[in-house]
Amino acid sequence: MSDVKDLYQELIVDHSKRPRNFGTLEQADHEATGHNPLCGDKVTVYVKVEDGVVQDVHFQGVGCAISTASASLMTERIKGKPVAEAEALFKEFHDLVTTGNTQPGAMEHLGKLQAFSGVKEFPLRVKCATLAWHTFRAALHGEEPDLSADD
Amino acid sequence: MATVETSKPARPAATTAPPLDVHKIRADFPVLQQLVYGKPLIYLDNAATAQKPRVVLDAINRFYGEQCANVHRGVHRLSQLATDEYEGSRAKIQRFIGAAASREIVFVRGATEAMNLVASSFAQKFIQEGDEVLITGLEHHSNIVPWQFVRDQRGAKLRVAPINDAGEVLLDEFEKLLTDRTKIVAVSHVSNALGTVVPIREIIRMAHARNVPVLIDGAQALPHCRVNVQELDCDFYAFSGHKLYGPTGVGVLYGKARWLEAMPPYQGGGDMIREVTFEKSSYNTLPYKFEAGTPNIAGGIGLGAAIDYLESVGMERIAAYEHELLEYATERVQGIPGLRIIGTAREKAGVLSFVMEYAHPHDVGSILDRDGIAVRAGHHCAMPVMDRFGIAGTTRASFAFYNTFEEADALAASLRKVQEVFG
Repeated sequence: MSDVKDLYQELIVDHSKRPRNFGTLEQADHEATGHNPLCGDKVTVYVKVEDGVVQDVHFQGVGCAISTASASLMTERIKGKPVAEAEALFKEFHDLVTTGNTQPGAMEHLGKLQAFSGVKEFPLRVKCATLAWHTFRAALHGEEPDLSADD
Repeated sequence: MATVETSKPARPAATTAPPLDVHKIRADFPVLQQLVYGKPLIYLDNAATAQKPRVVLDAINRFYGEQCANVHRGVHRLSQLATDEYEGSRAKIQRFIGAAASREIVFVRGATEAMNLVASSFAQKFIQEGDEVLITGLEHHSNIVPWQFVRDQRGAKLRVAPINDAGEVLLDEFEKLLTDRTKIVAVSHVSNALGTVVPIREIIRMAHARNVPVLIDGAQALPHCRVNVQELDCDFYAFSGHKLYGPTGVGVLYGKARWLEAMPPYQGGGDMIREVTFEKSSYNTLPYKFEAGTPNIAGGIGLGAAIDYLESVGMERIAAYEHELLEYATERVQGIPGLRIIGTAREKAGVLSFVMEYAHPHDVGSILDRDGIAVRAGHHCAMPVMDRFGIAGTTRASFAFYNTFEEADALAASLRKVQEVFG
């Protein structure tokens, strides 16, 4: 059994109240909007990619603390990273919030994102944590965000 | 709702009947006897579905264990028993809501199907291009979307009477929207999102003054108060069994016989016909004309048991107790910094909906959940109501007569934890 404080760690509360990289991004060349019908969360992710690197990434939207903090921490973490690395990170993050079974070394890559480890104890909130990442991926590939795998 | 004095005693006021013994009642509900995350379950999601007393579970078990058979068909003993029990439930429902005849009681899947039945069947017969359907700004999606189908299929117009900042229907505006083209009025009796008790007597009077029939969505009202459809003089009244302490998958459409007689069948199949050839079919009498296929027999029987149970407690006592409880809970949460109640109608039933300025409803819901408190968070299938208040959703605590004043205290204490985390 886990306490709510495991879910709402200080870092998450802080990013939910003061989201970083919040707002549109004029020079974005990729964008997508994702919805989480359960919470009514809505997030638009703007990405600028150059030479296979995420030069800049912003987000805008409304949502619960988990989805807002997740989007904020995602943008911090992937800015300046090669696209392939960002996508690999999503895989690790996804494992963290769904099963908690991460590959060796994943925790180090995840860094601050480990704050979301409490989410796995709250299965109904997994989609809140993954919404921004699904939306980021959809923006890169020009697709609609697909959260159905996290049902 | 009337302002509550802080000195109000945590006990229901004396009514004509002796007050309700909530601890004795709780013992009748098996599901309430459990721990959630090691804490006693505090179930405050009754507007979504109510818990079932043991007598309902027993009735369902008895049907499947001792007398399972199809109804209205068999020549054998079990079919006779099943039919007697199922039709007996229909008669209980008729008495419970004060209908003139049991043929005015149509079994359906739930309030949603009842609303769809009326929208579809009434519209086929009575709604032409340019006609109007009038609803209010308080409606659940199940009283909006079926009429949008009618609008799109029949070329009708959907009119919406606005609500004020308290979540009350503006009756003057409602009356102005009644025109010579209005063919039906469809309104909820109690708002599921806000708890507003809608003055349906006034609405029915206004509509009938123009010969417009009225469909009442009673899903959130019938569990909380005595309803008499003949006194109300409504033309249709829809409700769900599962919100009335009965099983899921069963509900009722009450309709005045003259309307039901005039309306075409909703679905075709067994039981709803008199004679079938490949050329044509003739239809069964009421209510069977609207009951195609094998019905939810166990559900109907379970609903009858739920009604017996409610009658044994007494709807008047239930209403009086719940009124006190809602006022008490409202008073307890009102002082929490940053908490704003959404829906402050003078008359409310069962529902306490609110937002907290520093926390999203789902975060509130998750924190309450870990204290064993079950609430609903979100738009409550009433997105236009949320839009009216400029919010994405609320946290909704909804009460039943098995909830206690101590549980309202626990709700307030848990909400203060939300304030600790996010405030």
